[in-house]
Amino acid sequence: MTPALATTNLPADWRDLLALTKPRVMSLVVFTGLCGMLAAPMLPPLAIGFTAVLCIALGAGAAGALNQWYEADLDAKMRRTATRPLPSGRMDRQTALHFGVGLSVFSVVLMQLATNTLAAASLAASILFYVFVYTVWLKRRTPQNIVIGGAAGAFPPLIGWVAATGRIELLPVLLFAIIFLWTPPHFWALSLFVRSDYAAAGVPMLPVTDGIQATRRQIALYTLPLAVAAIAPWPMGLAGPVYGVASVALNAIFAGMALLVLRNRATEPAGMGPEKRLFGFSVLYLFALFAALVADRWIVL
Amino acid sequence: MSRPEDELVRARQRERARLMGWLLGAFVILMFLITIAKMGLNQ
Repeated sequence: MTPALATTNLPADWRDLLALTKPRVMSLVVFTGLCGMLAAPMLPPLAIGFTAVLCIALGAGAAGALNQWYEADLDAKMRRTATRPLPSGRMDRQTALHFGVGLSVFSVVLMQLATNTLAAASLAASILFYVFVYTVWLKRRTPQNIVIGGAAGAFPPLIGWVAATGRIELLPVLLFAIIFLWTPPHFWALSLFVRSDYAAAGVPMLPVTDGIQATRRQIALYTLPLAVAAIAPWPMGLAGPVYGVASVALNAIFAGMALLVLRNRATEPAGMGPEKRLFGFSVLYLFALFAALVADRWIVL
Repeated sequence: MSRPEDELVRARQRERARLMGWLLGAFVILMFLITIAKMGLNQ
């Protein structure tokens, strides 16, 4: 018996269950969900607000666990993901499935109990969309996988807002649109310098199916609708000058970095400095943009 | 199952049981706080 197989007979270590929830991705989900709530015109009591954000985190973790359950074979083929609990043999698939389904149900039921039906339904929709539309349906079939699948990651600020107010309004829809339009350039920048991993696993990411330069053009093109959606709350009167100035500056930097990516001609990861920098900045961009929205809501100039 | 493996299984079960106990305790406190907050909202 191989060591990897031997360990699957053990009860799963709680650290591996935690790893199934993709804690690093969860931090961005929690932050945008919290910002969506803090940007709303009315705040819920602390215990209810805390529970809503906790449910968003648990729902995201559950979706991540179900994603890893379904993609264990793909993860085993990619260097970036081969050490995850399932492909490395530290956990059996059934445990991951039970954990993911249990956590999904728990997060939605708790959201319903603590907040309102619309927030619980939005959370359920985001989990189901990520698992069935992105993971099961799109990811292995089309290079548009993250374009459409990105909607799953765009739900948190909307859920945070709805948990606080019980209504869907224009600003949370714009926040949804910002993350939806931010996701493709963010993941395409990553997929450019881990292209060989995706190719080896047979995942049809854009650099694998359409080539490196086509991906760079798409990244540059996406900065335009992203900038429009990100700056729009200011001229529309949904946010003030603090957010307006921050969003203009952040989008100018994003567009500048995307142009450097467009001008790059490197085909090997070693020469993809602009792509790596854009990927790193895109995370900072989203944190800063949402932080500016909350600051704008709470800072009176 | 050999002795060291048996011990490892028990150690993991103990660790998970202890963690589950803490989580259940936290859940009870959270439900209490949610109930109090909801009562405040309904007044």
